Amino acid sequence: MKALRRFIDKIKPHFEKGGKFEKLHSTFDAFETLLFVPNTTNKEGVHVRDAMDMKRTMATVVLALVPALLFGIWNAGYQHFLATGQEADFWPMVGHGFLKVFPIIVVSYVTGLAIEFIFAQIRGHEVNEGFLVSGMLIPLVLPVDIPLWMVAVATAFAVIIGKEVFGGTGMNIWNPALLARAFLFFAYPAYMSGDTIWISGLTSGEGIVDGFSGATALGTAVTTGNIDKFSFMDSFLGIIPGSIGETSALAILIGAFILIYTGVGSWRIMLSVFAGGFLMALGFNAIGSTPLMQIPAWHHLVLGGFAFGAVFMATDPVSATRTTKGKYIYGFLIGVFSIMIRVFNPAYPEGVMLAILLMNTFAPLIDHFVVESNIKQRLKRASVTA
Amino acid sequence: MSEVIKIKKGLDIPLKGKADKVFGQAQLPDLFAIKPTDFNGVVPKMVIKEGEKVKAGSVLFFDKYQPDVKFVSPVSGHLEAVIRGERRKILEVVVKSDGKNETVDFGKEDISSLERDTVVKKMQEAGTWPYLRQRPYDVIAKPEHTPKAIYISGFDTAPLAPDYDFIMTGKEKEFQAGIDVLKKLCENIHIGINDEAASKLYLNTKGVEIHRFRGPHPAGNAGIQIHHVMPVNKGETVWTIQPQEVAAVGKLFTTGKHDFSRTIVVAGSEIKKPAYYHTVMGACIAPYISNNINSDEHVRLISGNVLTGTQVSEEGYLGFYHSQLTAIPEGDDYEFMGWAKPGLGKYSISRTYFSWLQPRKEYRLNANMHGGKRPIVVSGVYEKVLPMDILPEQLFKSILVEDIDKMEQLGIYELAEEDVALCEFVCPSKMNLQKILRNGIELMIKELG
Repeated sequence: MKALRRFIDKIKPHFEKGGKFEKLHSTFDAFETLLFVPNTTNKEGVHVRDAMDMKRTMATVVLALVPALLFGIWNAGYQHFLATGQEADFWPMVGHGFLKVFPIIVVSYVTGLAIEFIFAQIRGHEVNEGFLVSGMLIPLVLPVDIPLWMVAVATAFAVIIGKEVFGGTGMNIWNPALLARAFLFFAYPAYMSGDTIWISGLTSGEGIVDGFSGATALGTAVTTGNIDKFSFMDSFLGIIPGSIGETSALAILIGAFILIYTGVGSWRIMLSVFAGGFLMALGFNAIGSTPLMQIPAWHHLVLGGFAFGAVFMATDPVSATRTTKGKYIYGFLIGVFSIMIRVFNPAYPEGVMLAILLMNTFAPLIDHFVVESNIKQRLKRASVTA
Repeated sequence: MSEVIKIKKGLDIPLKGKADKVFGQAQLPDLFAIKPTDFNGVVPKMVIKEGEKVKAGSVLFFDKYQPDVKFVSPVSGHLEAVIRGERRKILEVVVKSDGKNETVDFGKEDISSLERDTVVKKMQEAGTWPYLRQRPYDVIAKPEHTPKAIYISGFDTAPLAPDYDFIMTGKEKEFQAGIDVLKKLCENIHIGINDEAASKLYLNTKGVEIHRFRGPHPAGNAGIQIHHVMPVNKGETVWTIQPQEVAAVGKLFTTGKHDFSRTIVVAGSEIKKPAYYHTVMGACIAPYISNNINSDEHVRLISGNVLTGTQVSEEGYLGFYHSQLTAIPEGDDYEFMGWAKPGLGKYSISRTYFSWLQPRKEYRLNANMHGGKRPIVVSGVYEKVLPMDILPEQLFKSILVEDIDKMEQLGIYELAEEDVALCEFVCPSKMNLQKILRNGIELMIKELG
């Protein structure tokens, strides 16, 4: 490693002010800090610091996404072979899934990081780590049969309009990954819904078994009036059609455990999303006038993107509420609206994405009220003692 | 028995190099210094010139804005140098000791018959007034204010901090005398004690109200204790003073002399034999670290603790308010892929490094920042280490946008840098929160007086 360090030290002056490649300073800095934790020491204030930094935080989230990703890769293959009626072993399924999923990830990262680097360069900032997570989240919320150019367009939209116009990581109002998803949903509705996009190969119509439907569980519920085809266990394990990373509640729960145990993700938000969703679904169960209302409350929680949204999207600290009390309110309302939109949306039976984006918008308002109540409480204390 | 106030939020950083309760031997140095930078908001005006003779207790400089607040020499000798920094700002006023220890006699007093004005005058004359600091703002107290209380935290929970039970042993009389003097300034004197320590001295002190605390750092901070006992609201002031300083005040009135002797702890992972030392305020630290450093790497020396102390050179001086000297590795080297390693030797309040597998480990933490500065992204971390009914992140943001109303409403009056030092320690975005808070306080002083 010493040789590498020497090499970096040798070329570093070219990227500093006045050097040949001064314009590429941010880019150089990003790679240098990726390879080596910088030797900067504390100059004022505390002399020691917690070892956790933004890179480690983001790396932990990516790690938490890995179970959902791996399962998604396998499931892409599994669903494909199920649809085409072929027998296949474990590895061919993984292989097929990998060939489908990996390009989506590459496109997402390359597009997003290129834009991030350009903006960091223009601003003269260090490159932020935020996109390490967004770049992984975007593929996981997309259907597997999506054309790659759409991934690129959506990612560019999310990074530029969702993040950079606000000032970059930490400044955005909406979750960038969900914005990418929402962009595709509204810009290309014909692609993003229906029965074929969820399973690889179906869009091009290669040898589908007669009578096979690639619709998601929620889609099936609307068209056929029940979800008997999708047992609770199948939905929990995730062997159902859906976006790449969202199907397996089990894999998502492993991720949730990692996030909560390391202290990176907010258990308050996760818990209250599930609580809100469960109570809302329970309420609809009591009414029970449409097929979607009749889906048992616990089953609702493992269908569609609910679990994925609760664990990985709602907890994005930048777009979520920032106060402790606010987190409970924010999470609860996401749960409530997710199920409500899911049940009432006539065009597309899924609501998590819209619910989270909606609550992202209201997060500052919730925080405002929490802060105001803290101020009032503090004022009351003053008048009591006076 | 008063009830125990349990502090739940906070963090004891498990640092290596805690001192045993023994005294080390070291010669007193020749050089001593008073650093105007130790006092928030003080603009020093020199009284004497370089080379002039001084006694222990002679005035070196005073505050331009409060000329009655005087700063005196801790030893007899002559003014060796006035060290200046950028824009001729005075950084250190260095006195070279002649070893004779001649002291200015301010005259004994019968404490019970003293008036408030006499106490104020005498404390100002003898240079003991700067010991009194006020909340809000953590600046030297203003004599014209009548505080609602004087608050003394009887223990220190900061990393590797001295054990006050140990260093105050034998100072019972002076301490009681100091309390009696302070009672002339304000009737209401409170002492916060550690519920898990013996605290004999404090419990035997007459005329004070005792509060018991239990919990991790910052439970020992006066600011935190005041928040739980008698929060500072707009328009109120509470004065604080440290135990050794109370004893010094007591001695001034019983003997007529300003007692500059201090007991300090020398600790940290890079110290060979962490121990306590008898020394004098503002002493050059060289005698306490020479032959006492066990590392070949760059070492960072800190007057005070690792959270709030100031970095000093090997020839640097102890801070005015400090009773601790800490040595940690500088950590100014690059670490290959450090953010991706399991990190068994890295300490974090989160469990993102696998060091949580060894809960009882003591760490040799260095002064590396462990990452770059970023905008605030993660939420809810500051709250874990600030045991106050205050929304820290919102307060810092209001300071950054200079919204004075919000700063006031969110509780800036109750905070000093030391109270938010742990927030700065845990901050994943590596913000300089203590600095931000001080900027906010300075803005408040400028705008509101």
